[in-house]
Amino acid sequence: MKIAVCIKQVPTREWQPRLTDDRTWVRDQDIAYEMNEPDAYALEEGLRLREKHSGEVVVVSAGPARVQQVIREALARGADRAIHAQDDAFGRADAAASAAAVAEAIRGEGFDVVLTGLQSDDQGHAQFGPVLAERLGMPHSTIIMEVQVTDRTLKAKRELEGGWFQYVSMPLPALLTIQSGINQLRYATLKGIMAAKKKEIRVVAPAAPVTARQRIVALALPQKAKQTAMIGGTPAEAAKELVRRLRDEARAL
Amino acid sequence: VILVVAEQRDGRLNRASWEAIAAAQALAAGQDQIIVAIPGGAVQDAAAELSAAAVAGVWTVTHDALAAYTPDAYVAALAAVVAEAAPSHVCFAHTYQTRDFAAVLAARLDRTLVTDVVAVSRGTDGTPLYSRPMFQGKLVAEVAAEGPAPHLVSFQIGAFRADAAARGPGAPVTAKPAAIDTASLRQTAEAPFQEAKAAVDLTQAERIVAIGRGIKAQEHMALAEQLAAAFGAELAASRPICDNGWLPMERQIGSSGQTVAPKLYVAAGISGAIQHLVGMKGSRTIVAINKDADAPIFEVADYGIQGDLFEIAPALIAELGKG
Repeated sequence: MKIAVCIKQVPTREWQPRLTDDRTWVRDQDIAYEMNEPDAYALEEGLRLREKHSGEVVVVSAGPARVQQVIREALARGADRAIHAQDDAFGRADAAASAAAVAEAIRGEGFDVVLTGLQSDDQGHAQFGPVLAERLGMPHSTIIMEVQVTDRTLKAKRELEGGWFQYVSMPLPALLTIQSGINQLRYATLKGIMAAKKKEIRVVAPAAPVTARQRIVALALPQKAKQTAMIGGTPAEAAKELVRRLRDEARAL
Repeated sequence: VILVVAEQRDGRLNRASWEAIAAAQALAAGQDQIIVAIPGGAVQDAAAELSAAAVAGVWTVTHDALAAYTPDAYVAALAAVVAEAAPSHVCFAHTYQTRDFAAVLAARLDRTLVTDVVAVSRGTDGTPLYSRPMFQGKLVAEVAAEGPAPHLVSFQIGAFRADAAARGPGAPVTAKPAAIDTASLRQTAEAPFQEAKAAVDLTQAERIVAIGRGIKAQEHMALAEQLAAAFGAELAASRPICDNGWLPMERQIGSSGQTVAPKLYVAAGISGAIQHLVGMKGSRTIVAINKDADAPIFEVADYGIQGDLFEIAPALIAELGKG
């Protein structure tokens, strides 16, 4: 089985955003990056499918040169090789623009299964997977918590809202977007890290210029929905004051 | 024309459809006609309900293949609806179902889709600017949609109020049966089910203490339990805690878990990703404890303590213990 896993490099959760002077993007030089968390679960699911059905796992990422950090990490965790659609424009492009370029980069590979995370922790469009499926002419399903493949049929457990699920079946080749928590992640071993250095990363330039159709006019810190009373002091003082105000002001205790 | 795509399951209207109508009315600003399309198998009850909205019309988009939702059938049906209505905008509630098919619809139409929108404003030239969260809610972006119309827009659940949707004298309901080539449908969907019946109904709890990534390790969950007990509260959590198996899934608050509105909600070590906020922001009094002063949870909190959870929680347990 030939499996592609699309991953994105995103800022770490601890990162504090600082804006560029024109306030339309964040200062790249301040950012520490990591693999988008749902994509890490997609990678793990891809590795498990390979263990069960044999074949290969190819990690695919669109982004500037810096994304080879997460590509190497994926190779160290066990992916066999990588395809890197490289262009600085991917750093800010919307999901549909990235998906269109990735579709062109992998079209000739003939993947049976394409996996990716349900959304990215940076722009959070939640569109890359469905658009890639459409561009590749594959059926798809989203927010998946279980994957079974038998013969040429894929059955996936799709998460609905409020604790509901449903099973959806479709013929291969197919694309799924994976929900965090579907499996337990493995981490790279030293042996994996050494082996990753010898694995192939095929760099492809986009055939056409990457044209986004969403323009960020301004970025800002979110407006507070409520006036938050911040309570300071030592932990004991803050605890005492909070409890007093919850009793006397909010009458919540 | 602005087209709103409403949502139903087994004929019952998803209340978020009213939020999408309210958003479409804000976007129309009295200038554009609004048509609401409701796809499904049998949708007459949902359509009758929707006809109470102040809109130009309700279209029932029906076909046997739309009775059980699949993305292929919905995209096929709605691509035809968009072609007929020729709208400037297509509005959706940002439900899991919308997330499943709307991006494919946009790709098939070769149009742009702006997701998870929380507000609409106007640029100096009058073009709509869509506010949407980015970077896990750390920032809000104002986005202009480009390329040819229609622009597709999905609105975050709870961003527009369902009861704010203007009602009218009764909009005409028009049957628009879908023509779908069933041979082109690739997915087969089974009936939705619930994994385990919720042993705890958190929606009935008066007080909830919810724990997030800030608790760091499973061995610290005892501290979380003590904190909940001190408040006389049910213990709940954000998704990562349940993913790790540190609390059962039925104690998860957020879009994939329960939606609650207790008298008191204490969010401890929860940064406040939007998927969590939608499940709890209706709580009457919200307390946030987080080491990061910029954590989005403070945007919805009435009271905040910035500090180390492992110092604040024991102090609170001691203070509450004094009675």
